[in-house]
Amino acid sequence: MIRVVLPTHLRTLARIDGEVQLDVEGPATLRAVLDALEACYPMLRGTIRDHVTQRRRAFVRFFACAQDLSHVSPEALLPDAVAIGTEPLLIVGAMAGG
Amino acid sequence: MNTVRVLVGTRKGAFVLTSDAKRARWNISGPYFGGWEIYHLKGSPADPQRLYASQSSGWFGQQIQRSNDGGQTWEPVGNKFVYDGVPGTHQWYDGTPHPWEFKRVWHLEPSLTDPDTIYAGVEDAALFHSTDGGQTWQEFPELRGAQGHLWQPGAGGMCLHTVVLDPSHPERIFIAISAAGTFRTDDAGKTWRPMNRGLRSEGIPNPHAEVGHCVHRIAMHPSRPHVLFMQKHWDVMRSSNAGESWHEVSGNLPTDFGFPIEVHAHEPDTIYVVPITSDSEHYPPEGKLRVYRSRTGGNEWEALTQGLPQRDCYVNVLRDAMAVDALDPCGLYFGTTGGQVYGSADAGDSWAPIVRDLPPVLSVEVQTLP
Repeated sequence: MIRVVLPTHLRTLARIDGEVQLDVEGPATLRAVLDALEACYPMLRGTIRDHVTQRRRAFVRFFACAQDLSHVSPEALLPDAVAIGTEPLLIVGAMAGG
Repeated sequence: MNTVRVLVGTRKGAFVLTSDAKRARWNISGPYFGGWEIYHLKGSPADPQRLYASQSSGWFGQQIQRSNDGGQTWEPVGNKFVYDGVPGTHQWYDGTPHPWEFKRVWHLEPSLTDPDTIYAGVEDAALFHSTDGGQTWQEFPELRGAQGHLWQPGAGGMCLHTVVLDPSHPERIFIAISAAGTFRTDDAGKTWRPMNRGLRSEGIPNPHAEVGHCVHRIAMHPSRPHVLFMQKHWDVMRSSNAGESWHEVSGNLPTDFGFPIEVHAHEPDTIYVVPITSDSEHYPPEGKLRVYRSRTGGNEWEALTQGLPQRDCYVNVLRDAMAVDALDPCGLYFGTTGGQVYGSADAGDSWAPIVRDLPPVLSVEVQTLP
């Protein structure tokens, strides 16, 4: 079970209270987690990564275990603590503008 | 008794203002989608309870929201706007080629006859449509073939901001783009032609070019769809032949720069504009907020000031932020970048603020309900 914390506006959009818990098949990569998240909540497609290129939107960041994972490959394995659900993956709206 | 529902899009959410036909007391609900930019929301003429809203954010991109109960509840529908094929390039501010990139939906125009069909004008300029209530969207790529490689963004971006449907000719659509101009299809989007003959724009190399004009807004009265009115960057224009040619009707306006233009619901030759000082001074001349009305289809204008601030007012009124209701006398509404929404229940003779302290207003639409 992988835990994901979404920013407030995306929780509102997807009508989610609190954390999301996802079953991810196969290796726990960022791509796999986002695929699982979007499968459960289709309205989040296009809000975190581009519909077509699948690249992270510029003002979205990925944090976990006090690390910034925003620039690691989507195919890289997430930290073990995230993969086993001890720590959540934080999807964050970057601090920018109003 | 009729009721009036005013749909207001702002920088930080949507608001719905409702009143009975007297239009004296208003109920204000919202914000809906708080914190998101609502560029536009509009109801279906075929089913007034069906509303669509364009919700966007610099962080999380574009959403389209749909309501089936007049705005009480909403559901996100499709937000995948992908250009057809390889869109190529348009002109950038410095004249270099720049790739087409989707940024947001500026304007939603529901079909006149089918609640599930809707058009979306987007930035970078293109027209999309949906026939399944907004779940999926398809572009009209032929529009970009109308010299799209020469189009260039205005200060607000290269946006397709106006979509006008011809009630007498279901396959005819007018659109306007900043800064490309006006275009028309007569075959439901298969082919498009620039409709900019007669426009003169000092800010482009050839002032009479076929494309490149910064059209801010066009308006039509449904009873006379071959007559169009335009607020251009500078100049108020009129066409009496469905856009084939235009002539200036700025007349005695104090300045002919501005954004919105609207037509009275029952008088096709009565039109309204809000003059703004200049392209670098986006506020009313002399700090006086004045709507100007022409009862002669242009050229002869009168200032409407009663109830509007006549000193120290430095707000703007954006292109999609003025609308009329269908009651008699006709009601007129506009929103400002200062967060006020003003209403007039007597065709502009007198005004009162409906609400004063919203976020900057991006759009105003009105529904007249039975």
